[in-house]
Parts: sequence; C-alpha cells; structure tokens
Amino acid sequence: MALRPDLAIIADAVPPSARVLDVGCGDGELMEALRAKGVDARGLEIDPANVTAAIARGQSVVQGDANRDLADYPDDAFDYAILSQTLQTTERPDLVVGELLRIAPRAFVSFPNFAHWRIRLALLWGGRMPVTRLLPVAWYETPNIHHVTVSDFRDLVRSKGIRVERVWHLSGDKPTSDAAASWRAEHAIFLISRA
Amino acid sequence: MLPLDSGQSLPSVTIAWQSYGALNADRSNAVLICHALTGDQYVASDHPATGKPGWWARMVGPGKPIDTDRFHVICANVLGSCMGSSGPATPDPATGAPLGMAFPVITIGDMVRAQAMLLDHLGIDRLHAVIGGSMGGMQTLAWAANYPERLERALVIASAARHSAQNIAFHEVGRQAIMADPDWQGGQYYGSARAPTKGLAVARMAAHITYLSEAGLTEKFGRRLQARDIKSFGFDADFQIESYLRHQGLAFTDRFDANAYLYITRAMDYFDLADPHDGRLAGAFAGARDVRFTLVSFDTDWLYPTAESRRIVQALQSVGAAASFVELSAPYGHDSFLLDVPALDRLVAGALGSVF
Repeated sequence: MALRPDLAIIADAVPPSARVLDVGCGDGELMEALRAKGVDARGLEIDPANVTAAIARGQSVVQGDANRDLADYPDDAFDYAILSQTLQTTERPDLVVGELLRIAPRAFVSFPNFAHWRIRLALLWGGRMPVTRLLPVAWYETPNIHHVTVSDFRDLVRSKGIRVERVWHLSGDKPTSDAAASWRAEHAIFLISRA
Repeated sequence: MLPLDSGQSLPSVTIAWQSYGALNADRSNAVLICHALTGDQYVASDHPATGKPGWWARMVGPGKPIDTDRFHVICANVLGSCMGSSGPATPDPATGAPLGMAFPVITIGDMVRAQAMLLDHLGIDRLHAVIGGSMGGMQTLAWAANYPERLERALVIASAARHSAQNIAFHEVGRQAIMADPDWQGGQYYGSARAPTKGLAVARMAAHITYLSEAGLTEKFGRRLQARDIKSFGFDADFQIESYLRHQGLAFTDRFDANAYLYITRAMDYFDLADPHDGRLAGAFAGARDVRFTLVSFDTDWLYPTAESRRIVQALQSVGAAASFVELSAPYGHDSFLLDVPALDRLVAGALGSVF
C-alpha cells in the first residue's frame, strides 16, 4: 500500500523512536507507517468512523477537534506534531500552529497551495472558486475554510517568530523545485520549530 | 484475609469465577473481564439460575472479538455480589447465619483487590488486558490506578472515573425502595419466608430506565397500550412500558439478592478515582503511563455520558499514557455496550491487538 506522497515524505523524515502526535490522523495510515519504523505515534481525529477504523488497526487515537482539544496535551508531550492537509480546515490556523509548537518542539504542517498556477488561472479566467484535485469540493460545502498559499504560510510563521527548518514542495505528487514554488507547488510540507 | 478501604477486613474471602480458553505456557494471554452492577461471572456461558446465554456471549468466544482461541478469559463475580463470591448472604463464621448488614461496606477498590488475590492464586502475574463496561469499567480504571504493572491494556466502555450526583441519586432511590419494603427486615430476611422482592423490583425498574435512551423507549414502546384497546382508568399496567418494567423488575428478583444490590450500589457511589489525589484524576494514573487505554462512550448514554470518558482521556493525556477514545453512535443508551453495535466489536478486537 503506497502512502500519499506528502505522508511518505513525513514518514521518511521522522526519526525512529520519536514520539509523534498526528493531528487529523484519518484512519491511521501515516501512523501505521510511523509505527512500522519504531515511532511512538498517537493520533487525534474528529470523525468517529475514522477513529474506529484506526483503533481497530491497533492505533492509539483520540476522537477530538484540533480547534479545541489540543489544549488537553501537556507542553512538550511529543517530539513532533503532524498536521497534514488539515490546517486550512481549522477555525484559527494561527492558534493551531501555536498549539502544535507548544506540545512539540517541531511540527510538520502540510497544505494545498492556493496560489498554484492552475488555481490562479481558474480564478483569473473562470472567475469562480477553483475546484481541483487537492481541493475537490465546491465553495459552499468545502471544509477548507482558510485557503492558504505558500507565501501566506511563510508570512505567518515569520510573524510568529517560528523557524522553518525544511520545506518540501510537491507538484503532481512529485517533488518540485523551491524556485517559483509559489506558482508551481500544488502542495507544500513545512517542518517548523520553535525559534 | 482481605483488607478493605473502610479500614475493616474480611478474615476469609470466597471469589467465584469462570474462565474460557486456554492459558498459554508463559501465562501471558490472560484477559480479565469485569462485570457490571448486576452482572456475574457467566460472561460467555449459560446462567445457572435463568438458563440464559452469558451476558457478553456476543463478544466473548471462539472467533469473537474477545477470542477465546487466543485469550484465556477470566471473569470473577465481584466481592459483595450473590453468585458465589463473598457478600452479605455469606454465613458469619461464628454463628453460621448470613451476615446481612454485618457484611462490611466495600468499594470498587476492594473488588479489584479481591480479583488481584484471585490472580495471585491462579499464578497470573500480568494480564494482557482488563476489560469492563459500566461498573466493570470502574474496576478496570481501578486496576490501572492500583496495579498498573499488572496489566498491559485497559478497555473502559460506557463508564466513569467517579459517580456523579445524579448517579448517586438514582442509586439512593433504589436502596430506599429496598429498605422501605417491610420484608427487608433490616437485611435479616434470609432465614425468613419473606424477602424484599417488591422493593428490589422497584429498584430495578428505576435503574432500568437509566440504562435506556428516551428515543429507544419511544421507539420500542411509545404510548402503546398493553394487550388492550382502551385505557382502564385504573392502575393496571395500561402502557406497554409499564408492563415491560414490571416484568424486568420481577425477573430480576429471581436472580439477585437485595442486600447485594445495596452493597454494590454503595461501592459505586463511593467511587471517585481522583479523591485520594486532591481531586486530580491525573494523580490516579501517575503510575499507568505504560498501560494502553481504550475508552468508548455512546452518544445516547446519559448515565455515564461522553464527558466522563473525555475527563479520563484528558487525565491520561496529561500523564502521557497512550489513550484511545471514541464516542460511538448507538440508539440503546447505556445498555449499548451489551448490545449489537458492530463498531464496538471491531474496537474491542483492535484494542486487544487482534483484527476482527
């Protein structure tokens, strides 16, 4: 079973024996890959069907809401927090990023880049909110309530004094160069840490 | 001798138990199931008094979520109960007469201490898992708090780490119904021809309502009349729900002892795991970091609502224990843990490290 490319990058970058919280862990796919390499992975997931599926495969997952329930974890409870494809669905992405770096010194944050050229073109020519492979739902029913671009995220972490340790840009599920990533990346993964 | 939380002690203790499935050579596959208030050790075998299948036969057995081809499952009748373990019906060694109210008041912690002694007796140091729903979940939590080194996993279903004022209130109604029955006779009814069956039946009727959801009651009974087309304008069981509750109450008195009901409900009321830790529940789990917890609540359970499970999860997270939690959707209220909820089967198997 092949992991989604962004998850594969994260699974590869987490060192074995690290303690990890996967926020929005879905049915535990990434956690399974992490545990296979010896990572102590735990999850937080809002959808009870996903939580049930993850527990049924032997994962430690708590049903909860990233907007609220990260507060229950103590400071430095983990080595890494992971928020993949979830940032844009949170009520206050800035506060969630702050929480991630409270419960762990480092965090992986991945999100679809709303400034990808295809989205820009769709908006420019179509004049309508783009529906793409990574953002496949119409504006009125999308869970993605805070669309964000690579540049926006860089601005946010800079303003909060957060350090960017590493960035991966993906286009069509393949790595793409950092040059002109704002246009060319469909998808970005940031490894951030406390300054 | 069994020392009790009250400061008293029981000079000798009998614990009745059942087991299913073989214990493996290194004695590492034992799973302890803790039963609820009116449950017993017959978790997966027919009840000797009623002839009915075991109370969790749908969950425990060969190829079932708690797979007895894989696990050695133990279920013991709790201290204070009436299915063979020491309780108020136990004879006083001095006089030979049943102890009645001379039996000391016990706690959930005492029940668990007695179970630990049983495991000592069986030569089982460490359990693969402790599992329980409702009061069984309280025992499971007490196991994790008091003997964290003796269990690898804890599964707590539809339970709480303390009894709320509402929980205590319902129990008090039940106890008062029993003690107000003239046939209770101060608890010394054993030798007489009279037993407080009316009081016990009323206690069971009141409690039974708390195990069901309003939507479930409405769906099952609504306002339908029982075997009649018009209201009687009297106090017969006109409504189906009345007839059902009366039947449940009476049937219960065939298999349960009124004094045991008093003692066990009291033990539940006294239960508050945070109490010895200045009200900090996390304090109870300080030694349980290495236990893998799974907690399950049901959205229609208003007796032990989801907030109580969340409170436990928060305490476990604050000590860094691996905790899983999910609120399942099921229509049956508190009783959901005993009924057909397929998601629960998968969860239980997964929490035990099996696939179902």
